[in-house]
Amino acid sequence: MDTFVQQLINGLNIGAIYALIALGYTMVYGILRLINFAHGDIYMVGAFAGYFIALKLGLGPSWGGLLFVLIGSMVVAAIFGMVIERFAYRPVRKYARMTTLITAIGVSLLLENLFVALFGGQGRGFPQLINDTTFPLFGNAAISKSQILIFAVSIALMVILQWIIFKTKVGTAMRAVSFNLNSAKLMGINTDAIIMFTFALGSALAAAGGVLTAQYSPTIDPLMGITTGLKAFVAAVLGGIGNIPGAVLGGLLIGVAETMVVGYGSNIGIQSTYRDAVAFAILILVLLIRPSGILGTTVQEKV
Amino acid sequence: MISFVKRFLIALIIIAVLYALNLAMSKEGLFGFGVPLYQVDLWKMAGINIILAVSLNLINGFTGQFSIGHIGFMAVGAYSSTFMTVYYTQGLEQWLAGILGASVAAAIVFALVIIIGALAAAVAGLIVGIPTLRLRGDYLAIATLGFAEIIRIVITNMNKIGGATGFRGCVDPITNITCSDPSLGRLTIPAYTNFFWIGFLAVITIVVIYNIVNSDMGRALISIREDELAAQAMGVNTTRYKVTSFVISSAFAGVAGALYGHWRLPHPNDFTFVRSFEIIIMIVLGGMGSITGAVLGALVITFVPEVLRMLPGGVYNYRLVIYALLLIIIMITRPQGILGNYEIASWLKRARKRPEGGGAIGGSTGAPIAEQSDSTKKSEKELENR
Repeated sequence: MDTFVQQLINGLNIGAIYALIALGYTMVYGILRLINFAHGDIYMVGAFAGYFIALKLGLGPSWGGLLFVLIGSMVVAAIFGMVIERFAYRPVRKYARMTTLITAIGVSLLLENLFVALFGGQGRGFPQLINDTTFPLFGNAAISKSQILIFAVSIALMVILQWIIFKTKVGTAMRAVSFNLNSAKLMGINTDAIIMFTFALGSALAAAGGVLTAQYSPTIDPLMGITTGLKAFVAAVLGGIGNIPGAVLGGLLIGVAETMVVGYGSNIGIQSTYRDAVAFAILILVLLIRPSGILGTTVQEKV
Repeated sequence: MISFVKRFLIALIIIAVLYALNLAMSKEGLFGFGVPLYQVDLWKMAGINIILAVSLNLINGFTGQFSIGHIGFMAVGAYSSTFMTVYYTQGLEQWLAGILGASVAAAIVFALVIIIGALAAAVAGLIVGIPTLRLRGDYLAIATLGFAEIIRIVITNMNKIGGATGFRGCVDPITNITCSDPSLGRLTIPAYTNFFWIGFLAVITIVVIYNIVNSDMGRALISIREDELAAQAMGVNTTRYKVTSFVISSAFAGVAGALYGHWRLPHPNDFTFVRSFEIIIMIVLGGMGSITGAVLGALVITFVPEVLRMLPGGVYNYRLVIYALLLIIIMITRPQGILGNYEIASWLKRARKRPEGGGAIGGSTGAPIAEQSDSTKKSEKELENR
């Protein structure tokens, strides 16, 4: 029982990070129908931004320092997201799907290779901004401070996101744009600005995910966003891409499934090395039963 | 009859040219003319990339089904064919060598395992294709990507074919280390692949895909790409055609894999989804729905990174950054790819007809723009359909 609880906590933790990144994928897809393959690399940019802010200011373990690093990296990533949207995606927005997809892959390669060229490909130790201690729950199960932090911050960010989308003017505009871009334009919404804001919002969430992960497992490198980004994208599709609660649900589901395979897979003959395959296996199963994801809505094709 | 003789002659000439090139690329060279080893490797890679790009173009470019799992089928081909040559074909090859000579025996065995690789990949394509081709657009893309990753992870976990450390030759099933007993199987994968094989199979791929595209089936595939519902209404069995083209495309990826496996020794890291993206970049860059475009794209993507290696010291470290920037800039300035929907021949004809200096560079006239506005229209339709 305590192993199960422990795996559940670990799984929800990883899942919360996937969910934060998946939100960016799903918001951009909801508005532009674009798979933003560079989003995983924005998560990496966020982690690096946090690393340099903490290093330059010589920050030690303190709540204020952590908050500063978190907000700083979110701002940096938001700027990255807006610049990418303006100079790479906006010019190709009107072209065929495949073209925009290749542009996204190009941006992803650009960020990875730029960071490798600038900072080298080897991993770096992220400075610890909290004194990580573990609190025993019951039996052998325990929860660490950094895990509590991940839960607290990601829940807070999701609540803020929900508030922005449903209670503010700009959120209403975002929903209008994702509903129908051309009609939104006719209603006087500055769609370009809204799209840019969406990118900024998604990138900031991914950056928060990057900094939080770095508190939990403190090695960062320029290619860290590839696998995590892909899984977060899978989470977004799993929940129903374009659907915000779906992204959170998908992220948590994949995180828990992964740790459960590591914890219990050997009992049913699945080695823990299959961990990375689980996300895809679940995805394919769900897509075959519900082709638009768990919470996605099926759109009837018009002739 | 005359066209048959003509075709036969053309085939003979192609084989002769490839054979001469193969000799020129060998260690000894041809008439004292040799190609440096490094460039030989590049040309081999270019040939394999051509097979991959042209075959992926059948499903992505002509059928309009967005697959990003091509590399998974290449992995199936690579591992199944090398598995055969390591564990099973050794006896056959020795027996044949006694009758026909060593080089003929090797050629026959290699042809056999290439076919086995292609069949294995085709079966994998069928298994993946039947359920996933019901999905549309991005969902299909992500499902194929998922299957390719699962294939790679399964391979990583199979010890008999080398697992995570890559496959070099026989692996002892009990100790999981390289065999010491030759009776269990070959100790290293035989290096059958040379430039002749790659070039020959690249030509075969191009000819087969060209003939498919210019047949009844090709027209059915293109009708699915243009409008699946309309094609269905016209009586095209869309599911069957989609699965068939997917299976054919996978089979050729398997051929590419067999060639690769007997040249570079397969390793799971060679088959990540990043490589799938690379093949998609080739066909989009060359022009979707153009066979010569896919060939051109494969050549560009193989050689541009190597050309960028020649950059001087300070810029050298940034060569991959420049590569990525070039990719983005090409997509922004020429979204339909280098050739768009055209084959090289008709594209040159069009270029000749175009008046000198008039707006061709600015891009305000000519068919590519029509194609571009087509895609704009399409995306607008997509927006309306939400």
